[in-house]
Amino acid sequence: MQIDCPFCGKRDQSEFTYSGDATKKRPDHNDQDPQAWFDYVYQRDNPKGAHQEYWHHTSGCRQFLVVERNTMTHKISSVQAVGDLNKGSAE
Amino acid sequence: MSGYRLTSDTGATPVSFKFNGKTYQGVQGDTLASALLANGVTLVGRSFKYHRPRGIFSAGSEEPNAAVNVVRGDELEPNTLATTLEIYNGLEAKSQNCWPSVDFDVNAINSLLSPIFVAGFYYKTFMGTSNKHWMFFEKHIRKAAGMGEASVTADSSRYEKQNVFCDVLIVGAGPAGISAALTQAATGARVVLADENAQMGGALIGSTQEIAGQDGDGWVREQLEKLKTFDNVKLLPRTTVYGYYDNNTFGAVERVSDHLTTSEAKGKIRQRHLVLKSKKVILATGALERPILFGDNDRPGVMLASAVGKYVKRYGVVPGREIVMFTNNDSIYQEIAELGARNVPIKAVVDLRDTLSDYAAAVKEKYNLRIYHNAAVVRAVGGKALKSVILNNGETLTCDVLGVSGGWTPTIHLQSQQGDKPVYDETICSFLPGMGHQDYVSIGACKGSFDLSACLSEGGLAEVRVEDEPSLNILPVFDIETTKGKKFVDLQHDVKTSDIKLAKQEGFLSVEHLKRYTTLGMANDQGKTANVNALVVMSKERQLPITEVGTTRFRPPYAPVSIGALSGGEYGEHFRPTRRTPMHEWHLDHGAEMINAGAWVRPRVYKKAGETVTDAYIREAAAVRESVGMVDVTSLGKIEVIGPDAPEFLNRVYTNAWLKLPVGKARYGVMLREDGHVFDDGTTWRLEENRFLMTTTTANAANVLTHLEFLLDVIWPELKVKVVSVTEQWAGLAIAGPNSRAVLAKALHDVDMSNEAFPFMAVQDAKLGDIPVKVARLSFSGELAYEVWCPSHYGYAMWDQLYQAGQDFNITPYGTEALGTLRIEKGHISGPELDGRTTVDDLDLGWAWGKKDFVGKPLAGRDGMVDEDRLKLVGLVSKEEKAIRPGSQIVLSNAETTLGVSQGHVTSTTYSPALGKYIALALVKNGRNKIGETVYATYPLKNESQAVEIVKPHFFDPDGSRMHV
Ligand SMILES: [Zn+2]
Repeated sequence: MQIDCPFCGKRDQSEFTYSGDATKKRPDHNDQDPQAWFDYVYQRDNPKGAHQEYWHHTSGCRQFLVVERNTMTHKISSVQAVGDLNKGSAE
Repeated sequence: MSGYRLTSDTGATPVSFKFNGKTYQGVQGDTLASALLANGVTLVGRSFKYHRPRGIFSAGSEEPNAAVNVVRGDELEPNTLATTLEIYNGLEAKSQNCWPSVDFDVNAINSLLSPIFVAGFYYKTFMGTSNKHWMFFEKHIRKAAGMGEASVTADSSRYEKQNVFCDVLIVGAGPAGISAALTQAATGARVVLADENAQMGGALIGSTQEIAGQDGDGWVREQLEKLKTFDNVKLLPRTTVYGYYDNNTFGAVERVSDHLTTSEAKGKIRQRHLVLKSKKVILATGALERPILFGDNDRPGVMLASAVGKYVKRYGVVPGREIVMFTNNDSIYQEIAELGARNVPIKAVVDLRDTLSDYAAAVKEKYNLRIYHNAAVVRAVGGKALKSVILNNGETLTCDVLGVSGGWTPTIHLQSQQGDKPVYDETICSFLPGMGHQDYVSIGACKGSFDLSACLSEGGLAEVRVEDEPSLNILPVFDIETTKGKKFVDLQHDVKTSDIKLAKQEGFLSVEHLKRYTTLGMANDQGKTANVNALVVMSKERQLPITEVGTTRFRPPYAPVSIGALSGGEYGEHFRPTRRTPMHEWHLDHGAEMINAGAWVRPRVYKKAGETVTDAYIREAAAVRESVGMVDVTSLGKIEVIGPDAPEFLNRVYTNAWLKLPVGKARYGVMLREDGHVFDDGTTWRLEENRFLMTTTTANAANVLTHLEFLLDVIWPELKVKVVSVTEQWAGLAIAGPNSRAVLAKALHDVDMSNEAFPFMAVQDAKLGDIPVKVARLSFSGELAYEVWCPSHYGYAMWDQLYQAGQDFNITPYGTEALGTLRIEKGHISGPELDGRTTVDDLDLGWAWGKKDFVGKPLAGRDGMVDEDRLKLVGLVSKEEKAIRPGSQIVLSNAETTLGVSQGHVTSTTYSPALGKYIALALVKNGRNKIGETVYATYPLKNESQAVEIVKPHFFDPDGSRMHV
């Protein structure tokens, strides 16, 4: 598998580290509800098909990317820098 | 003693080799199999289960029988196929699965016992009753059964790895692959053409079939020469593409020097592992001939009809004097024509069909063939060599080779590996590649196109004229009814048709169950010549069409891959980078015994003459408490945290408060994971208003950095903070002991070392000669102590100068053992206690629990995390003045030392010179309420147990007065 890092270009998967489900939103830092935190830390879907996930370019630019990967075929349909995504959602 | 070499090949270079201790002559270009056949050797091994004599069955990587052990000095390479092993002067190989020799094999008695060696025999007989039962039998079974013999010495060959990128990868250099390569090359694309054989050309090698006005052999040589003229084409012969992975990624092994003599191979790598990544992929992997099942079809001399042809065409070797052919299709007549063109006679053809095609009739006419129609071979007769075959009409034909063709099985391993379900095709009675979900195409025989003109046109060469093409015309009969002899479906794993019937009777209906119960297709040939016939038998038993019986999926590797090729250069000390501190050489020069700490190499102890490790660490630790010692702490993780929001960030990351830490001060901090468990600890120093230097444990340095990066990048992008690893930028040492201040006061300038000017937890800049250093008054040992840091390239000089300055105080360098002793005496936690399962309270760090919100706080409050019965950090003192073994389990009474319920475990142990006792840190259930109790530290693996008293973890100087002087 290769991931097209927006900062470094297309690189082998061995340079990256999988860093979890990108559809999970961390509760507010001051949130006290244990259930919300339980969901964030432990509860994961196991979707068949498109899945958004974080990948860390560990041996490259060390940025976190949001990769949309098909869990059946491992085909990657999009790669975005987390920073760009945050900008998008703020608007 | 029947095979021979055609005399037309006398110009070839002779090659001398040894097989089973006997010396033979072959010629350059021979495989071990062709050379053995030319020498009349029929028996090459014994079968896996019944130890029946076996001969060469095929001429390629589908070979189920002729796996041999290659001997190279003390090294053995097991499971090497004689049919692909190229011979060289000095080659030495021997048979597998036989003892004491292939001619006389003691275990052949198994053959007489075969009624008990049925499917599932091992499970039923040896595993059924109890595990102990199996353990008793296992070693005998393994010795009798084994697939070859593993080498007991390290592999001395060298291997390397390479990544290859291309536009078009073509796997298989037969007519279809070569045609595709020429077509693609002309477009300017970067083309890689890989083939497992030494010689490219596939079925056309040695062929006399007429193509474009010349013979097939000449034509294909010409095309290969043409390919070599393209700069954009890379030809990879002797390269097995064994695995097809996601995103058009392939694993392959190139055999670089396996075919060379020892002296020719000197200085060369043995094999190269390739990872190929290609935009487009063309699979032209061909097809494998399929046998027909009849009684004792495993006798040496029974072989694939195409193999007979290949030995004659490629190697000029005729496998026998009296050849009989047995077929259900027309492809055999093409082989017969090739043999006929070289005046190799065919004794008879046994054809299951009742009529001949025009093609076959022409071959019959030309070579005056004796053909039995509507006929079948029901049994092969012979022992170590074939003597005759018996036909269904009762007639016996004497012969020494029986060439069998049951049609062709497309080689769809790669297609199947990446998940495309094979589709059964009625015309060829076999499976074709399914719908591809990656960007590849299948062409030629692997797609069911068995005729040459189709192969060429699917590759792109549509205009080439091909003469004399047979069609397949297959009659779907693969399993001959017979009452005598064993019918082997899987020759390598000795699985018979009767085993499949038994599996069905016992309810193992699905193909996956059948496969596991009978072990069919599970040998290292992966049942290349067995799988489809097994489905035929199962389909007959279940009275279902093959399409409803189903098929299994192929897994990589297509052919066995040596572990050496997979590891490449990454073994031994090259397995991963070794990290040495700038003071490394000094340590070695001063008697240090080094130890690996993760990737780092650190001094364990500095041994003086006659000292054991224990003597040395006790002396070192005592010297620290008495006067002064120094230890290399360069390996600690170091992260700079920079930016106006750095204090806020640290405040969220650590459990304790960080907003008010003044510049020039350090603070100890604990961080949790989001799940509430302790992640790491260390001190962080405020160097400037917006600049902090965080230290982490050696082991967690990389994980902590990633954790911080994730929080900043993903969770709190609004925080103006950057983090960067500076572990490699700083060299550091700790100087500890009552005289540490005096040593630094003497050595350093531009700094006031007095207690008032340089209080506990202060961080100040200073100079050591010309070397700029940072000094922090921190203590891990509980003594008056400092850490001194400098840019790494000054590390050696810093260490050496402080060592010189300490001479008046008998300064003692100490290693990780004494470091451990000193911190255990103080009850300070380290790696063994930070095991990812402990909480802040478990480790007695409750004082660091902040009122503010921090990472991990919400989940740290869950019931299970605050349970009273959790394992808590305590100290242990041996009541028997014996060392406590790390990893010992804590039990409540001595009677329980082997079977008791564990109350916890020992994490860190040492002899304490300060206390004169053997002590340990442990995690004990509800331990803080058990202070003063006697329990037992037991280690059943060594039959050890001793009484220990539970004490508070702070053994020495519990009020910390020594470090505050
Ligand atoms: Zn990158």
